[in-house]
Amino acid sequence: MTTVVALDAVPRIRRGVKCTYDQIREAHVVLFPEGVLVLNETAASVVSLCDGVRSVGDIALALGDLYAGVQPEDVAELVARLVGRRVVDVDG
Amino acid sequence: MAEAPFGLLAELTHRCPLQCGYCSNPVELVRRDAELDTESWRRVFDQARSLGALQIHLSGGEPLLRPDLPELVTHANSLGCYVNLVTSGVGLSRERLRELASRGVDHVQLSLQDATRAGNDRIAGIKAFDRKVQAAAHIREEGLPLTVNTVLHRQNLDNIAGIIAMAEEMGAERLELANTQYYGWALRNRAVLLPTREQLAHADPIVAAAQERLRGRMEIVYVIADYHEAHPKPCMYGWGARQLTVAPNGDVLPCPAATVISSLKIENVRESSLHDIWHNSPSFNAFRGFEWMRDPCRSCPRKEIDFGGCRCQAFQLTGDAANTDPVCTLSPERSTVDLILETEMAPAEVPAMAMRKMS
Repeated sequence: MTTVVALDAVPRIRRGVKCTYDQIREAHVVLFPEGVLVLNETAASVVSLCDGVRSVGDIALALGDLYAGVQPEDVAELVARLVGRRVVDVDG
Repeated sequence: MAEAPFGLLAELTHRCPLQCGYCSNPVELVRRDAELDTESWRRVFDQARSLGALQIHLSGGEPLLRPDLPELVTHANSLGCYVNLVTSGVGLSRERLRELASRGVDHVQLSLQDATRAGNDRIAGIKAFDRKVQAAAHIREEGLPLTVNTVLHRQNLDNIAGIIAMAEEMGAERLELANTQYYGWALRNRAVLLPTREQLAHADPIVAAAQERLRGRMEIVYVIADYHEAHPKPCMYGWGARQLTVAPNGDVLPCPAATVISSLKIENVRESSLHDIWHNSPSFNAFRGFEWMRDPCRSCPRKEIDFGGCRCQAFQLTGDAANTDPVCTLSPERSTVDLILETEMAPAEVPAMAMRKMS
């Protein structure tokens, strides 16, 4: 089940979730109690900005400085998927 | 080449203060003098990490019985792994937990046998309930995320609502309600443990309602009673696909129960590297992918979902590990499982539970 995440929602990495870089897979990964997510570059950028301060809209703006054509809705969708995997929580 | 594993299940010891009759450890438990030493475990962790493992589950038996547990936590953490402590809670004092947390335990899985003191302690074979409640409080105070694990069977399924309430009270973020899988001690005690259809039918809606009510607060993972199902579980998400197990004596297993497949030659870390075993050993390659399958699995679209079920179960119930898991209704041997259900769900005379002990 995917929850809808609003643009003013503020995502943060959940307690007990560890974000790290795996030299073996040469990818950013998210480690949590019963799973591992291997992130692509965009997802890794989003995860690194889920700091409990920035909103989804803020994250989209920040990413816009790095990549062309970042849509806030795409960020919201990715955050919703991370919520579904219990990697991030959202406030607001 | 096979893809890298994500996790290592490190069974540090088979010794355990609990005597649960559903234990998935083999009936022939590894004795203390045959356990790997600290240096060997460090080497195992190094090799697991270079192979690609990112999670190290410190389990057993009871891992707290290893005096070198703090050192092993430090080492696993220094490799960048997610460190998961799987414990009965017995022996987990405030000080001990604080030290383990400071050395890098990321998450604790605490077993709970039943919702009440009497039920819990009867199943565990020792007075453990109060110590578990205490351990949960320490874990919460330490700020570590907690998963409560309860194995379900005929003797506690009727208390499922109480078990869920207990896990909430303990402050768990996750609750694993796993119906007993019949390997090791659980297989021996199957006639005492197999739930009735009525019990499962009663539990299902309670679990579903709790999942809904607790959404966002406590995740409830429900592992089905596979004998009662029409299709097998996706055992290990495929053989030699995601995780490997190292037993207390250094045996390297594609799944924790794999020693039951007596036709499988098991490798040991004392003789080969994990890299070699994962990629090249006959045991890890025996049932990898889909090529080993026969019909009905081979031509079945569900093979991508359940990978043919469990190899250990196929071996235990049909004598051939390459057969379809006989819980599948498409298996020509499903009648074996039906017969077990008919005779063991409600036996005329219930045998005594064989408590898990070293012989």
